[in-house]
Amino acid sequence: MSIFVDRQTRLVVQGITGRDGSFHARQMLEYGTAVVAGVTPGRGGQTFEGKVPVFDTVADAVATTGANTSVIYVPARFGARLIGPNCPGAISPGQSKVGIIPGQICRPGRIGVVSRSGTLTYEIIHQLTRHGLGQSSCVGIGGDPIIGTNFIDCLAAFEADPGTDAIVMIGEIGGMDEQNAARYVADHVRKPVVGFIAGQTAPPGRRMGHAGAIISGSSGTAAEKMEALNAAGVAVMPRPADVVPLLQQRLGRV
Amino acid sequence: MNLHEFQARALLQGAGIPVPDADVASTPDEAARIAQRIGGPVVVKAQVHAGGRGKAGGVRLAKDAAEARERAGQIIGMTIKGLRVNQVLVAPAAEIASESYVGIIVDRASQRAVLMVSPAGGVDIEEVAATTPEKIFRVAIDPRYGLLPHQAMAMAFRLYRGVEPARQAATIMRQLYDVFWRAGASLVEINPLITTPGGQVVALDAKLVVDDNELERRPEIAALRDTTAEAPAEVQAREAGLSYIKLDGRVGCCVNGAGLAMATMDLVKYYGGEPANFLDIGGSSNPQKVVTALQIITADPNVKSILFNIFGGITRCDDVANGIVTATGQLALDRPLVIRLTGTNEELAVKILEDAGFSALTDMDDAVRRAVELAREAA
Repeated sequence: MSIFVDRQTRLVVQGITGRDGSFHARQMLEYGTAVVAGVTPGRGGQTFEGKVPVFDTVADAVATTGANTSVIYVPARFGARLIGPNCPGAISPGQSKVGIIPGQICRPGRIGVVSRSGTLTYEIIHQLTRHGLGQSSCVGIGGDPIIGTNFIDCLAAFEADPGTDAIVMIGEIGGMDEQNAARYVADHVRKPVVGFIAGQTAPPGRRMGHAGAIISGSSGTAAEKMEALNAAGVAVMPRPADVVPLLQQRLGRV
Repeated sequence: MNLHEFQARALLQGAGIPVPDADVASTPDEAARIAQRIGGPVVVKAQVHAGGRGKAGGVRLAKDAAEARERAGQIIGMTIKGLRVNQVLVAPAAEIASESYVGIIVDRASQRAVLMVSPAGGVDIEEVAATTPEKIFRVAIDPRYGLLPHQAMAMAFRLYRGVEPARQAATIMRQLYDVFWRAGASLVEINPLITTPGGQVVALDAKLVVDDNELERRPEIAALRDTTAEAPAEVQAREAGLSYIKLDGRVGCCVNGAGLAMATMDLVKYYGGEPANFLDIGGSSNPQKVVTALQIITADPNVKSILFNIFGGITRCDDVANGIVTATGQLALDRPLVIRLTGTNEELAVKILEDAGFSALTDMDDAVRRAVELAREAA
């Protein structure tokens, strides 16, 4: 089992002929994702890698191929979509990959991963896999201040997913999403949740790369988020490397 | 990106918002000429990206042109919160009957632009929020329809009892949303919005912060950037497509991805070191970005060791490895380098580095510990 993407995923890749779009479309095909269509305006009628038809519009692609999921590798004018924007996407190891999470670091299993970051997520997935803890799904929700799918959406989905035993949530400075998620965990999540918050050393008032990663005044600090999560029973790790021991400990207790 | 007050007020004026007749000056003589033209007493205001200008002595009254020249001479060249003042705004000293606050921000909680108003104007709004939150009123704006007339009017009545000033204020609020939308702002503020003794509603000050991600499709706004108001290394980084923030430690960090970059800084601290910077080389990195990143890091004399932490996803490890090899060929690198990379095209990258005489680590903790040790030994 898994959340959001699985074997039923029929993917259209928007921007499939570009540098990053073509690279990652190839990786997703290799991973086994059903990439059924590509879209690049002006390139309709071409074929990508000899097997994926390219259309001028998403409407054409959906009408012809029955695509039910889209991944976008072009800067969008408006960001309203399932996951993200500015995120690495989602992967359900062994089933489907939508986005740019490197498939080779994942392994099918029963840990759910949700994160505001991209590469930090890979780091933690990589450590899970190295220690034999496979993943049900990994979702990168993006580091923007306004996003579609948020922590609570993912926590709820993982809680409901019979294929997930425990959840790793990776937050960072800025905003209240982790604090809200902490309250949600306390009230609604029975599966073990462990967390990590990036930006413990970030100076206030500076935007740390991600549009949403900024400490405003004294609000949105890592310390505040760690405290909220700890109070909600989410074990927060000081280092990414602590995730595996903590998870093992929590899984042992349950 | 922050705009200066004179830039923000020009945008407000362009949208039809009444602002006092003022102008910007770079020299005391210019300031005197503007004061002469305006006539009567004026305010001379430092144009600098820092709050608390008034308290720092950057906002001064002048009774005539001669005094405006003198005040401008005192303010131009002064330093406020580490930033040098290069320009002053010369504006008429307004007669104020009442002051209020009007602002629009991107609100994370409601995922909307939110109009905030307060009858407690002229003071720091964060202070109002902390001490008398009941004096702040908000309404979320649906981006499909914009700020609707009845929403603006309802908010205007929070500021004024009379219909006439409320109508003027409501019009200003809708014009302000227009500015917010067109400039790609994350914040726009009028503080204070005043009424004159004659009953006219006027924007006396203007603040505007542009969302950096909006700049690419708004060249006319991007052109307003004042690079003299920023640290040179941060300007160089931005022009190269890097995200860089200088800090005070000794371990230079070069990382891909903002989250991993923050986690790397945290880990440097965890192992007893201090990070010299935040640096995200971004996705789809080309080798040239790595070269620029190394130039920026090595230009910081505090840096005693340099740590690369790359987890390849959209960034390919071989691109970074090529960048490191190119950069070390170009720069006389006099400080030790610790390279950790794993992920997309890792094998290729390790080979490129080994052929050039470097070794690469695969574990993040090992690499951070090593970089901290090297920085300590060099200190």
